[in-house]
Amino acid sequence: MSKELHQLGVAELAAQLAARDVSSVEVTQHLLARARQHSHLGAYLAFNDDAALAQARAADARLAAGERSPLLGVPLAHKDIFVTRDLPTTAGSKMLEHYRSPFDATVVAKLADAGMVNLGKLNCDEFAMGSGNDNSAYGPARNPWDAERIPGGSSGGSAAAVAARLVPAATGTDTGGSIRQPASLTGITGIKPTYGRCSRYGMVAFASSLDQAGPMARSALDCALLLSAMAGPDPDRDSTSLDRPTEDFAAGLIHSNTGAADATQASAAGQKDFNRLQGLRIGLPKEFFGEGCAAGVQAAIRTALAEFEKLGATLVDISLPRTELSIPVYYIIAPAEASSNLSRFDGVKFGHRAAQYTDLADMYQKSRSEGFGPEVQKRIMIGTYVLSHGYYDAYYLKAQQIRRLIAQDFQQAFTQCDVIAGPVSPTVAWKIGEKSEDPVANYLADIYTLSTSLAGLPGMSIPAGFGEHGMPVGLQLIGNYFKEAQLLGTAHQFQLATDWHTRAPQGF
Amino acid sequence: MSKTTTSLLVRGYEVVIGFETHAQLSTASKIFSRAPTAFGAEPNTQACAVDLALPGTLPVMNKGAVERAIQFGLAVGSHVAEQSVFARKNYFYPDLPKGYQISQFEIPVVQGGSVEFFLGEEKKSVRLVRAHLEEDAGKSLHEDFIGQSGIDLNRAGTPLLEIVTEPDMRSSAEAVAYAKELHKIVTWIGICDGNMQEGSFRCDANVSVRKPGAPLGTRREIKNLNSFKFMQQAIDFEIRWQIEQIEDGFAIQQATVLFDPDTGETRAMRTKEDAADYRYFPDPDLPPLVIGRDWVERVRSEMAELPRVMAARFVADYGLPEYDATTLTQSQAMAAYFEAVAKACGQPKLASNWVMGEISRRLNSGEASIETMPVSATQLGALIARIQDGTISNNAAKQVFDVLWGEGGDIDAIIEAKGLKQMNDSGALEAIIAEVIAANEKNVAEYRAGKDKAFNALVGQVMKASKGKANPAQATELLKKKLG
Repeated sequence: MSKELHQLGVAELAAQLAARDVSSVEVTQHLLARARQHSHLGAYLAFNDDAALAQARAADARLAAGERSPLLGVPLAHKDIFVTRDLPTTAGSKMLEHYRSPFDATVVAKLADAGMVNLGKLNCDEFAMGSGNDNSAYGPARNPWDAERIPGGSSGGSAAAVAARLVPAATGTDTGGSIRQPASLTGITGIKPTYGRCSRYGMVAFASSLDQAGPMARSALDCALLLSAMAGPDPDRDSTSLDRPTEDFAAGLIHSNTGAADATQASAAGQKDFNRLQGLRIGLPKEFFGEGCAAGVQAAIRTALAEFEKLGATLVDISLPRTELSIPVYYIIAPAEASSNLSRFDGVKFGHRAAQYTDLADMYQKSRSEGFGPEVQKRIMIGTYVLSHGYYDAYYLKAQQIRRLIAQDFQQAFTQCDVIAGPVSPTVAWKIGEKSEDPVANYLADIYTLSTSLAGLPGMSIPAGFGEHGMPVGLQLIGNYFKEAQLLGTAHQFQLATDWHTRAPQGF
Repeated sequence: MSKTTTSLLVRGYEVVIGFETHAQLSTASKIFSRAPTAFGAEPNTQACAVDLALPGTLPVMNKGAVERAIQFGLAVGSHVAEQSVFARKNYFYPDLPKGYQISQFEIPVVQGGSVEFFLGEEKKSVRLVRAHLEEDAGKSLHEDFIGQSGIDLNRAGTPLLEIVTEPDMRSSAEAVAYAKELHKIVTWIGICDGNMQEGSFRCDANVSVRKPGAPLGTRREIKNLNSFKFMQQAIDFEIRWQIEQIEDGFAIQQATVLFDPDTGETRAMRTKEDAADYRYFPDPDLPPLVIGRDWVERVRSEMAELPRVMAARFVADYGLPEYDATTLTQSQAMAAYFEAVAKACGQPKLASNWVMGEISRRLNSGEASIETMPVSATQLGALIARIQDGTISNNAAKQVFDVLWGEGGDIDAIIEAKGLKQMNDSGALEAIIAEVIAANEKNVAEYRAGKDKAFNALVGQVMKASKGKANPAQATELLKKKLG
């Protein structure tokens, strides 16, 4: 074994497990110990060693019996927004401290059925509201590239854990960029699929029309392996899950050539092939390359785009004219839905209830004031306001109209290109506490990811080099509806030609 | 029969009433979860993770509830929307687990339609605004928990169809007649068990008064009327109260009121000032409810004959008056009973008279229900046939019916035993007629002078002399013959 166990990605680990070079129990024990060694990153919120080892033993038994499947025995960890039977689910909130779900989220159950071993639960912004993982009631998660910096959010614990090689892959959720942005800021790969690809059943809801689960890992191939197991219709539990057959996204990476003309055996072998993306048109929205994007980020993105050209792709200038509007639209729709989704946390049935109260109204007020952090309270208030009588038409309804126009802009753009590329975040990871006094700056940082979420399109972030302070920069790839295979394939070709995704932070 | 629509004024005021009715749909499981809907279980034993609103749970539409809404729409001649939208009605209450109720707001599934019924012999039609699907809340239990409240979420998520009328009713009697008709429709088509005590059929009445021709007055909504008796009492009290307020110079404040059956009075629960802002918005967890024409047509083809269609058929096929047809179609059982009697005796109008007369009288007195009553349709049909074939008179048939109801037995045996058979022997009858003619010379002379009344008196004498056993038709015929 040339690499240490924690350096192995999903596909590599699966190959070693399948070859019986290593057991799932060994990998599980190694990674549980490693996670504890690096607890200062604040990536994990909870472990259940017994449950994890039981799953690992079960996987080993299946392997010993000759069963082979792509994820069998490979460990992962879940963002603490997915409910789990074996572990508490807090959603990063004091409101759900010690909450234990009587059922597993569909995504959790599907990955368990695929034979994956759940190591534990990962830190996140409270109810997935935030872009720095500094809104967690359980302390911040830290960026392994610089522990003074945020790992991004809201899936910050997932990003930190994968980047620090604490786990080969993790689940995340993306409402306005919560998979792509932390992936970008920690130098890993993450994909938010088309809205409805993965069941939302068992995801603690933030904004129902935007929330979407996706994998975060160290390569497009690894993400493809996980997404194949996570996605699929769930008609009996989630009415918004798409009625589309499950796809093997990983098979597509090896056998096809991402929408470009012909596949070559060379791609499977991982050799450089300068024509692998021949014919692929990559749209560059001018709104993603204007001022407001840090020079170091721009430079890294330009270099990455040049690499795509070398692979045969054509760069096309396009426009997404309502990109700026996506910020106010998102910050109306998401809080509106959140204000309603979070009403169930009233101290009556589950979750935090104030110790002392005088009457019902007082119980509600105290329980919610104590249980919710400031960012969550702020968004509940914004959401309540925009849905109120007399404001609904001007805010919520107007935002929904613009949302449709934003989606139309993308459809217009996809007449000119196959995929859209640009930065994920206008800056590299900032220092913890740096933006907490400036909420508007926080919201502006979401500008490149929000429109994709509003349109329900698939989007991903892949490592594309380094920007300011030597911090990672992610390239965003946005596809049309259901084009995850094309996105993953495009990313895979880039990763065959580059090694950004293999870079590990120092000390990890 | 009066057909004029009279405006009923109460102390010079016109009464205006509109209804909102919550009919609990008879699905086995809840509207958005798979938990059972059975009534009366131990608290919180029929609430699943979705009903408890546990984090991560999502609603999934129960197609059975939609199907029942379609049935209702078809039954009252509504438009069944091709696409309707579920919305969240947001408010905090401990028995509302999600902090919002999933309902329909801007685009309901059932739009328009009307409910038609007789008020006495006057035909009425109340227009429906809409009927929408929604989930019920749980129950707060304020007894048995000293200083605290208990929450039972068994009812949470139970499917409801809220049926909303235009303010078309003009009296408490009309309102009750509407409610009874609506109750008939939902139980007839089987979408609701109609059990008012268990809350399966709950009415809210919006009541206002105005001077004739004036704009609509301010309304007060009487909530949760769960018996027809209380409904009438509550509305009557409310009308009196509102008129007195206005007469005393007070303006009516929009309010929600409750009826207290013990005092017979309504009292305000909350006024408009406390009205919540429900922050309705389309529920992002549920896609629009799409109902294809093929679905509607399938439901239509599988539906039992509707009461108004059946009534029209009774008019067309049996020649019944509309009033009879409507009355007989009060319930499926009643209508089926009538049809069986009519077929057994071949005399639909006589069958109708008997079912609406003797049968209804006994059922209304509470002696039995149509399912349990002792006289079968075959028996009643046979009894009517005995009238028709001249064996017994109508009056004699009532005596037979009494015996059938009370003790049962064979119709012909009862007729024999009670000596009720009509005198169909023309020889004996001719003898009686001869006696009557001889004894009533004055009447005979008057008849011959052209007075019809005198003839009727002679028939009466014949009936009397025969102790009622003469067949009146035969007696008339023979008398005419004898008198030339």
